[in-house]
Amino acid sequence: MMTDVILVPKVQHKISLEAEVIKPDEFAGKTIEEIKELPVYFGNTVQKLGDFFEVSGSAEENAENLRIVVEGDVSRVKRIGEGMTTGEILVKGDVDMYLGARMKGGRIVVEGSVDSFAGQQMRGGEIEIKGNAKDYLGGSYRGDWRGMRGGRIIVEGNAGKEVAEFMRGGEIIIKGNCDSFAGVHMKKGLVIIEGSVAERVGAEMVGGSIIVLGEMANLLPSFKIGEVVEGLKIDGREFPGKFRKYIGDFAEGPSVKGVIYKRL
Amino acid sequence: MATITDVICPFCGTLCDDIEVVVNGSKIESARHACKIGNSKFLSINDIPRPIKPLIRENGASREASIDEAIAKAAEILSNSKRALLFGWSSTSCEATAVGIEIAEEIGGLIDGTTTVCHGPTVMAVQYVGLPSVTLGEIKNRADLVIYWGANPMHAHPRHLSRYSIFPRGYFRERGQQDRELIVVDVRKTDTAKIANHFIQVEFGKDYELLSALRMIVNGGELEEEEVAGVPKEKIIELADKMMNCQFGILFFGMGLTMSPGKHRNIDNAISLVKNLNRHTKFSIMPMRGHWNVTGFGEVMTWQTGYPFAVDFSRGYARYNPGETSANDVLQREEVDAVLVVASDPVAHFPRKSVAHLARVPMITIAPHHSLTTELSEIFIPSSMVGIEEEGTAYRMDTVPLFTRKVIDPPQGVLSDVEILKRILEKIREMR
Repeated sequence: MMTDVILVPKVQHKISLEAEVIKPDEFAGKTIEEIKELPVYFGNTVQKLGDFFEVSGSAEENAENLRIVVEGDVSRVKRIGEGMTTGEILVKGDVDMYLGARMKGGRIVVEGSVDSFAGQQMRGGEIEIKGNAKDYLGGSYRGDWRGMRGGRIIVEGNAGKEVAEFMRGGEIIIKGNCDSFAGVHMKKGLVIIEGSVAERVGAEMVGGSIIVLGEMANLLPSFKIGEVVEGLKIDGREFPGKFRKYIGDFAEGPSVKGVIYKRL
Repeated sequence: MATITDVICPFCGTLCDDIEVVVNGSKIESARHACKIGNSKFLSINDIPRPIKPLIRENGASREASIDEAIAKAAEILSNSKRALLFGWSSTSCEATAVGIEIAEEIGGLIDGTTTVCHGPTVMAVQYVGLPSVTLGEIKNRADLVIYWGANPMHAHPRHLSRYSIFPRGYFRERGQQDRELIVVDVRKTDTAKIANHFIQVEFGKDYELLSALRMIVNGGELEEEEVAGVPKEKIIELADKMMNCQFGILFFGMGLTMSPGKHRNIDNAISLVKNLNRHTKFSIMPMRGHWNVTGFGEVMTWQTGYPFAVDFSRGYARYNPGETSANDVLQREEVDAVLVVASDPVAHFPRKSVAHLARVPMITIAPHHSLTTELSEIFIPSSMVGIEEEGTAYRMDTVPLFTRKVIDPPQGVLSDVEILKRILEKIREMR
């Protein structure tokens, strides 16, 4: 049985609040008063969570059974659920950058849209976004060659550029359309794009699979055209219909194993 | 009249170090050997009227103020800010940048340079794939294949070709130009392309595709398509052959590559191409850095904060993520509540939405001349010109540090960027 802690944003602000404390791991076992005292970062100041949110409900001892419900727009609150390992977060609005970054477990549901870097270097758990996601969904930290390594991200809407950048495992499902450079530098894992995808999909990928069910813009010249496959089975999932297989990205060398399946 | 020799030109990243400046009293008569742009920069110190007194804007009108008052007011604005942006730095000394970083750390602000709108993508790509670097001297002495990709040095770095790449005679290239081959890749036939041995016209925004095709060929693959990015297959194979079979190649690239679709991924692919080429021959790559000390800004930032640009000190330590902590991103999200501009003119060069926010917040500008940015500033503190009226360290585009010289005194009462910044920092520390 889940118990809820409810956060209602009190003030609107232009400067983004950094609130990595908004995760069940932090709230568990604390009283509402203690949760209100948790530190958040606003510009160059340190303030209290209670200054920005009305906090109610009750926090369970066990983070696994704790759900945080954010009632309202937090499009200027960064790092919600960063590094969370268990429990649940439900956001009934838009969210700023780094949602569920470095997440290891648990589940986040966002009813609105998310800004860039959601699920950055994620290792486990699940993120479900009902709206759109901006750039670098499930990507890496700047300069790092390890993006998402496990878990699952589902986006009901569209996704921005460089989805699954440096992906090393896990699963990303985009139900809408996807912008350029999806799966750039990908090595392992699965990306499913149900809508159409813009140019340079799979750029510099060396492994992993990308499945495109909608339209696909011109593929890079460094991909080789493979055979037509009837009915696709990947990681226990089945996709009916005919698929054209493409292998690449041969810009990276002769022994690359990246695969793009495009539904015909 | 006095002639000062071996002066370093503070205009572009080429940092020509053979300028002879003729000084006549408080005027510069000429800057021999300098290109047209460099010469006009030296002569700009003669501009009359040169701003000397600081200006403070109050209730919509500007008034002259003492240097002490301007510094105190600037310190107050910065000290009271929650998210200040310190921007510019590419046309001042490394010493000034170092003080700027101290201020940013002290007030928990953001510091970013003009790199953010020029070779920022280059720096980001270098973090992913490294950089097979080289000095301009090595290029002059050894290069037999020179490629300019998305760069037009004939206009932007006028003496680059004659000092380092194509025309000079080098130790192993005794006949100069005759011992070298010049290839230009660009979207249009630029003046640099007109003097090239080969010009490859790439379709706009398709550089990445062409680079991928080249990499596949260099890595032993076979190109299946008949045409990539508007370039026929045979021409791409010919280009790859030339690259693999030269003795010492250099790929110079400009903003045609960093600022066209793909940005840092274009550079990522270009550097990777050069890495792959090193399995066949010796090849290097170099960004055509624009402002004379934009490279120096990156160097100082990296050794002091660990990151090359777009650093956020809001939590007391340095954090970096272009797209989040870069100048235009914080301006367009309207997060910034105070701005300090040093040796730059963002109002003239930033996107409209960023400038709209610059107009909303208190801005302090330290610069030698009036500009659109000084016009929008609450406080304008005139400063001396580094490299002409003040000495200081600068880094050439190949990251070779050079100490620029002072050839003439600044107008009386005008302080250097370093001096002004040190006094602002001192004042901020007094307030805390």
